[in-house]
Amino acid sequence: MTANFQLLRILPEVILTIAGVLIMLIEPLLGHSTSRKPLGWFAVLSVFASLAASFAQLGMAAGTAYYGVIQTDAFSVFFHVLIALIVLVSLLVTIDTANANTESLGELFALMVFGAVGMMLMTSATELLLVFIGLEISSISTYIMAGFRRKNVKSTESSLKYFLLGSFATAFFLYGIALIFGATGTTDINAIASQLGTSAVPMFATIGLGMILIGLGFKVSAAPFHVWTPDAYEGAPSPVVGLMSTAPKAAAFAVLLRIVYVAFPALHAHWQPLLWLMAAFSMTIGNLGALRQQNVKRMLAYSSIAHAGYLLVAFTALSTDGIAAASFYAMSYAAMNVGIFAVVSHASGYDERLSLISDYRGLAYRSPLLGGALGFFLISLIGIPFTGGFFGKFYVFASALHSGMVWLTIIGLVNSGIAAFYYLRLLASAYSKPTNNALLDPMPRASFALLLALVITISGTLILGIVPGQILAMSHNAAVSLTSGIANPAPSATHQ
Amino acid sequence: MTSTHSLHLWLLPLVPFAGFLVNALLGRRFPRALVTAVALIATLIPFLQVLGIASQFSSLSLPHLEQFGTWIAAGSFHADFTFALDQLTLVMLLVVTGVGFLIHLYSAGYMAHEDGYWRFFAYLNLFMFFMLTLVLAENYLLMFVGWEGVGLASYLLIGFYYTRDSAANAGKKAFVVNRVGDFGFLLAMFLFIAHFGTLSFSSIFSQITAHPELHGGFLTAIALCLVLGATGKSAQIPLYTWLPDAMEGPTPVSALIHAATMVTAGVYMVARTHVLFDRSPLALSTVAIIGTATAFFAATVALVQTDIKRVLAYSTISQLGYMFLACGVAAYSSGVFHLVTHAFFKALLFLAAGSVIHALSGEQDMRVMGGLRKKIPVTFWTMTMAVFAISGLPPLAGFVSKDEILYHAFTAPGPGKLLWFVGLFTAFLTSFYMFRLWYLTFFGENRAEKAAAHAHTPASSHHAEVDEHHHAIHESPWIMLGPLAILAVLSVIGGWMGWPEGLGGGNWFGHFLAPALASQHVAEAGSNSLEVTLALISTLVALAGWFLAHLFYFAKPELPEKLSVSLRAFYNLLLNKYWIDELYGAVVIAPVLFLSRFVLKGLIDTGVINGGSYAAAYTTQGMGAIVQRLQSGNIRSYAGWLALGAAGLLLLTYFGFGAHLSLR
Repeated sequence: MTANFQLLRILPEVILTIAGVLIMLIEPLLGHSTSRKPLGWFAVLSVFASLAASFAQLGMAAGTAYYGVIQTDAFSVFFHVLIALIVLVSLLVTIDTANANTESLGELFALMVFGAVGMMLMTSATELLLVFIGLEISSISTYIMAGFRRKNVKSTESSLKYFLLGSFATAFFLYGIALIFGATGTTDINAIASQLGTSAVPMFATIGLGMILIGLGFKVSAAPFHVWTPDAYEGAPSPVVGLMSTAPKAAAFAVLLRIVYVAFPALHAHWQPLLWLMAAFSMTIGNLGALRQQNVKRMLAYSSIAHAGYLLVAFTALSTDGIAAASFYAMSYAAMNVGIFAVVSHASGYDERLSLISDYRGLAYRSPLLGGALGFFLISLIGIPFTGGFFGKFYVFASALHSGMVWLTIIGLVNSGIAAFYYLRLLASAYSKPTNNALLDPMPRASFALLLALVITISGTLILGIVPGQILAMSHNAAVSLTSGIANPAPSATHQ
Repeated sequence: MTSTHSLHLWLLPLVPFAGFLVNALLGRRFPRALVTAVALIATLIPFLQVLGIASQFSSLSLPHLEQFGTWIAAGSFHADFTFALDQLTLVMLLVVTGVGFLIHLYSAGYMAHEDGYWRFFAYLNLFMFFMLTLVLAENYLLMFVGWEGVGLASYLLIGFYYTRDSAANAGKKAFVVNRVGDFGFLLAMFLFIAHFGTLSFSSIFSQITAHPELHGGFLTAIALCLVLGATGKSAQIPLYTWLPDAMEGPTPVSALIHAATMVTAGVYMVARTHVLFDRSPLALSTVAIIGTATAFFAATVALVQTDIKRVLAYSTISQLGYMFLACGVAAYSSGVFHLVTHAFFKALLFLAAGSVIHALSGEQDMRVMGGLRKKIPVTFWTMTMAVFAISGLPPLAGFVSKDEILYHAFTAPGPGKLLWFVGLFTAFLTSFYMFRLWYLTFFGENRAEKAAAHAHTPASSHHAEVDEHHHAIHESPWIMLGPLAILAVLSVIGGWMGWPEGLGGGNWFGHFLAPALASQHVAEAGSNSLEVTLALISTLVALAGWFLAHLFYFAKPELPEKLSVSLRAFYNLLLNKYWIDELYGAVVIAPVLFLSRFVLKGLIDTGVINGGSYAAAYTTQGMGAIVQRLQSGNIRSYAGWLALGAAGLLLLTYFGFGAHLSLR
């Protein structure tokens, strides 16, 4: 394989890296009063280019590059596309939200782009150390972005908490890699399975896998590793929350899928019950926690914990249908959650004027567009038919039920019922007549960037809910390409 | 995919849908001419496309399938966006788009002075979208989308004058009654999935064909559920009661939805599913009996109605009964043939009635019409064609198709002769009530002017200007008369394409449909002489009806009065439509209301559900409070929780907890 050809397998990441560096270089050269928004549009274009590069990878045969540390296949492309789309919309929302008070906006764009590079690397890496590097790139940019409103105490607090707890979790992840290396002598995900054999599993590998589950569990904010989420989301700028509640999670879920299904299918008796518990806890704690929240962003933070739980349900199915359902769910959750944060960001502005549910009273009267979009995304989050949220849940629970996960499905359905309550509370608030005159001012005019963001997220949610066929097929291809690695017979599989 | 090239069938429904979107979103601000243009173009394009398809039809390999992706996939079950085209579909497409376009055209004139003009055309285009989806669908689920969609459009259009209570209620009634039928349709779909694992027509029918031993049993169950669905949509006993009330909608709506297209969906569905019905004699007999009974029953009610549109409504129910009768004796192509000719002459009857109503500025009561022959000659002549056609006078369209049905009923095994006799008697009644309408409306003296001179007649309809200035009776504009003329021609010659072989014709229509509707039931071969005899009897019966109507309503107009007095009980029975509405009210609606008010709301809702949900809500809220309290905001405690969770998880891993315990 020629070097050029190998480059194609990391082309999306390369494009974004170059774009990010350019933005960093240009930012200080611009005068104080110069608008940074063109930089944002430049970032948008670079994400488009990277999206195109990802799609181009579909045309190549699935394969590895750079000594087998990178693997592009339908699975990696699926998540590349997902991450690129999330970052794209987040950039648009940032462009829309930023105002004169925003400092060094260019850096924010660059950080988003760099974060995307890390997340994309995570989804195509087949070397645990490269996964770790990707994870760190994405995490560190997210830590900084969370604290981007430097003069805001909550923002700083959010960043610090996220950073400290995140480092704690990363340590688990790293230690897990070390233990796995100790047990199997390799950190290549594709090679671990064959090294493990099937008979006597070294305890180190099992514990190492547990450590990795902890690290990734933290990243996807699955209970009981979710405690950081509400505080971090509350303080971080809203466009950033839209990003960090979806893209890094999608990447972490992709890594989790790859690790458990490619490296440790043999240990499924160990990890499946753990994921079962994490799913059940996440759904329950997320939804119960959201019930009494008055702060919209905290509520959505708990909601994201719950949705991580729904997604984990699909993991327990142990089938390609389950993997496909998880990938599909990641996409539909991203569409509606990034969408709702676009609405929240625009409605409350960079200074976050609206924070409580009661502040949203009359939103639909102040701006029918925002009110309608908010209602639409909430309906999708509840999981009402003809939205992506419905089909996402449907496929997740269908795959779980198919594998006999009756109780987990019941827990999930009860939780979906509870969830409707707090989503509807926000919806009812947005559609009530405002009592307070201050809440009657018309909203700032929606910019082109916001409209574009809403068009992408709304049409995405609708497509996933009405004509999911195409994307379902994509997610299914992704699942098949992932598990075809499992099919490779391990040398020692016929032991005894 | 059998065809080499795509016909872009998706365009057919989507063009009217685009028209709907444009008019619904922007129509309010458009001038009327633009609204009209959008709506007409959005129906003309599909019509032209269908003509194009028809012109190259012989070169297609049928059925022609076009798939536009998967809609739902769950395990092995999947429903796709697939459209299918075969002979039956083409016939339906021609009727829906052709008659649909003519009625759109007519509406531009008829609705010209109405408020909500854009709304009307938006709904009308929406209807076309769903109707075309229904006809093109290749599986029951997609068909159901169209099925429900036309119901929605029908609801919206019946209640078009939503400020009028009667219209709003009529819309609701249509919707609710159709729900009962939809329940049957849904059950049938579930049974299809359970037994065949699919909803695709081709797949289900090939599975049935592949198992010749399948007979009756669950096939009958499915067929009967479908029949229930069909009786709702096609206004048959026992679910016909909504259609007369649906006349509250604007007259073009009655012509398009409640005569020519939507109400025939049930017939179409039965014909489409004929492979299944062929295997279930019981279901077929049910269809035949329902059809015959409805035809007869509705015709008797039509005898005494005084509202011109209600006569036509009962006549529609009666004619749909004939189509059911045809399907019930496995003469599907005859049923579809009657569907087509009926679309011509019944649309024409409604549109002409609309023209009469238009001329009288909103008057619908035939008792105050009369003598309009000279004042609105075009309307009179076109309507005459339709009346002759529906009455079954040769060689008009209605004669050919109705006679074919009666012939098939006569030659059908079992109680065929009885069905034939009732059908024949109904034909007599049909002829009588149609000529009654004809005489009352167009002949005699003009009772409208007399009545207006005497006393102020309360306006029975929507035309607001009735009270203001009683217009001079006027002929309708050309945009309304054009469609009338075209439909009149079709009502005359439309039957010739199916002229029976026994009467020297070629029955081209029947042969055309044969591949799509090939039935396993081979009717007893009747002789030509039998067919000639039956046709002769039908003709005589139709003439008898005409003669009697002539006697009653032209020669001796005092006769009906006398007769109604001497047969008071019977007359009242008919006038009150056998008190079926009242019966349903007492037997179905009152108990349901009682159950809802006292048992469901009082006991279950307030007691069990509210109580239960409050209890559940408080418990959940309480637990929510605990979760919230754990969230102290203190980073050390967070780290503590994290460590605790990690420790727990690692312990579970270490002890191989999963290996011993199944969590399923």
